Amino acid sequence: MQYEEVATTQDGNLVINVGPQHPATHGVMHLVITLHGETILNVQPHLGYIHRSIEKMCESLSYRQFIYSTSRMDYLSSHINNHGCALAVEKGLQVEVPERAKVIRVLMDELTRIASHVLWWGAMAMDVGALTPFFHAFRERELINDIMEETCGARLTMNYMVPGGVMFDLHPNFVKKVKEFVAFFRTKIDEYDTLVTYNVIFQERMKNVGVISAADAVSFGCTGPVLRACGVKSDIRKLAPYDGYEKLNFEEPLETAGDSYARYLVRMRELRESLSIIDQLIDNIPEGEFQAKTKAVLKLPKGEFYSRVETARGEFGVYIISEGGLTPYRIHFRSPGFANLSCLNHIAKGQKIGDLVAMMGTLDLVIPDIDR
Amino acid sequence: MISLEHISQSIHEALSASLNSTLVLLIEMAIAGVLVIALFAVLGLVLVFMERKVSAYMQIRLGPNRVGYKGFAQTAADTLKLLIKEGLTPDGADKFLFNLAPLLVIIVAMLIMAPIAFTKGFQLWDINIGVLYVSAVSSIGVIGILMAGWASNNKYSLLGAMRSGAQIVSYELSAGLSVLTIVILVGSLSINDIIASQQNGWWIFKGHIPVLISFVIFVIAVTAETNRAPFDLAEAESELTAGFHTEYSGMRFALFFLAEYVNIFIVCAIGATLFFGGWMPFHIGSWEAFNHVMDFIPGIVWFFGKVFALIFLIMWFRWTFPRLRVDQLLNLEWKYLLPIAMFNLLLTTVMAITGFYFK
Repeated sequence: MQYEEVATTQDGNLVINVGPQHPATHGVMHLVITLHGETILNVQPHLGYIHRSIEKMCESLSYRQFIYSTSRMDYLSSHINNHGCALAVEKGLQVEVPERAKVIRVLMDELTRIASHVLWWGAMAMDVGALTPFFHAFRERELINDIMEETCGARLTMNYMVPGGVMFDLHPNFVKKVKEFVAFFRTKIDEYDTLVTYNVIFQERMKNVGVISAADAVSFGCTGPVLRACGVKSDIRKLAPYDGYEKLNFEEPLETAGDSYARYLVRMRELRESLSIIDQLIDNIPEGEFQAKTKAVLKLPKGEFYSRVETARGEFGVYIISEGGLTPYRIHFRSPGFANLSCLNHIAKGQKIGDLVAMMGTLDLVIPDIDR
Repeated sequence: MISLEHISQSIHEALSASLNSTLVLLIEMAIAGVLVIALFAVLGLVLVFMERKVSAYMQIRLGPNRVGYKGFAQTAADTLKLLIKEGLTPDGADKFLFNLAPLLVIIVAMLIMAPIAFTKGFQLWDINIGVLYVSAVSSIGVIGILMAGWASNNKYSLLGAMRSGAQIVSYELSAGLSVLTIVILVGSLSINDIIASQQNGWWIFKGHIPVLISFVIFVIAVTAETNRAPFDLAEAESELTAGFHTEYSGMRFALFFLAEYVNIFIVCAIGATLFFGGWMPFHIGSWEAFNHVMDFIPGIVWFFGKVFALIFLIMWFRWTFPRLRVDQLLNLEWKYLLPIAMFNLLLTTVMAITGFYFK
């Protein structure tokens, strides 16, 4: 696509390029913004700066291998991405995953959700100008990373979920450390609330900003906290439970306002829900195998397989078309970030430029997830 | 006990003994100039280091701790780096204005230093309209910021500069009005008179609620005037990268940076002078022994103690609060602070006429 490098439009409005390198975009994203004074007239995202064609690459990787490349998409919820892919492959293989593996997967998913939301909380506070929460957020995230490192051997791109279960058994310290973390983190969520949530300036910045109606959110394909902030039940863990989520007792946080503050509150409540899920499971990890017996070389039967999971950002879908060979014929990922980004222009029109940054914060955009 | 007043007086006498009065004045001006520049450099080093340590303390980090003893030489090393760095001028920038802007900002910061009384008899310029002079000169600084934003030929800089212009011009009003409450109570614009009036108690204690209100307004307004968070819209780094000084590098950037910290020092010095008695020690009514002990602490310690306490307060704001939006910022000033400050001024006037304050 060609566009002219223009300073002003004919009406005297200012055109500024935010990104590809800009502190607000949290990655290489490029927004072309038309401004009238401080008011936004139009936001045009330009994607493709870190496109790695992961979907095409997956076509030449085996069913065991391609899962690892999905850790590099939404790097903040790599466990959950891996989980979605593993589920799709298991659907094709017709493998029954052992109970222990299911519980481990759910535990890891929820820890990842907490880590992701905590980082989002810090980054979003930074977007509205408060720098301190970022460091507090990293203190807690670091503990989760330490837990992950012990069990999975990695801190960011876990590659822990494999078709049929998980790659290794839990580390002996896992249960103890997770319990310590949960107890510690419960006190810290209250601290988050006093530091940011109840702050008057923060609430003023968030309320009635970036409002999206439920109908619009659905038509843009928004999922996750963005859609739940409009009052639409959309949690895949509730709608189409996988790996034992149906047995757990947790709430789906819903808000109705649809503004930035509602999205913020939904995520903050999700943190508490994730903690309660971990509480329910951490003492009841069943004994047994952590991985089902699968063949060394996986082959999916001819057909189409789709699975979906709830990542920290929304619905993540994996669509595999198999011709019966060693590698998938075609793979498509439905990434939550791409759909959530598409509503940006809709909600940003008429708002101030400072709020655009806050809105992008509450959409929780992870750029490698948008540009796969 | 060594007193700064005695030192300055003895220098004056020693010079007068051997030289004629014009030469004495010239030499004294040179000494004062060198002292101010030295104070600038020291303030820059100390305040930047303090900000980094305060922020580190609030952000559960250690802060600079490698260069020098506990990191004390960190700012000196940074300054050295900035000195030997190339100062880029972007293509299409207005070269003259681009180079002039940081100088203007720093000169304004230097000028405001003149009437500040550091301790008894230690003041560069005992001007009888000291407070008015400070408010007047500090308004010039915004021209430098607007100049920098315009001359950079960068849209982020321009947006930052325009924000800064609107912000500083608005908040100067309520800062001025809250300064006026003290001027009305004292009946003089001279900094020395204002300090002398607080011999028996600082205005923050003597002045009832109106002075408390005006102190709160003063702190909010000067935080905005110095472009500090939560009013740092001019350089909002998550929105405008670095705002009006996006294009500046090397020593020109350092001048903006230094001017920011010196401005903080100056507004806090004014705040300490107006509300906390400048170099006046803390006295409690008729507690002779206590007052005597307090008198023993030199005025310069009192002055810097108060100023740094206020600076810490302003730094605390920066590392706690999120940033306001530009329309909220102007609403806060025009719809809330300014009416309150005006009403408060009226209240103070009534208080001053009736003499209803602790004497």
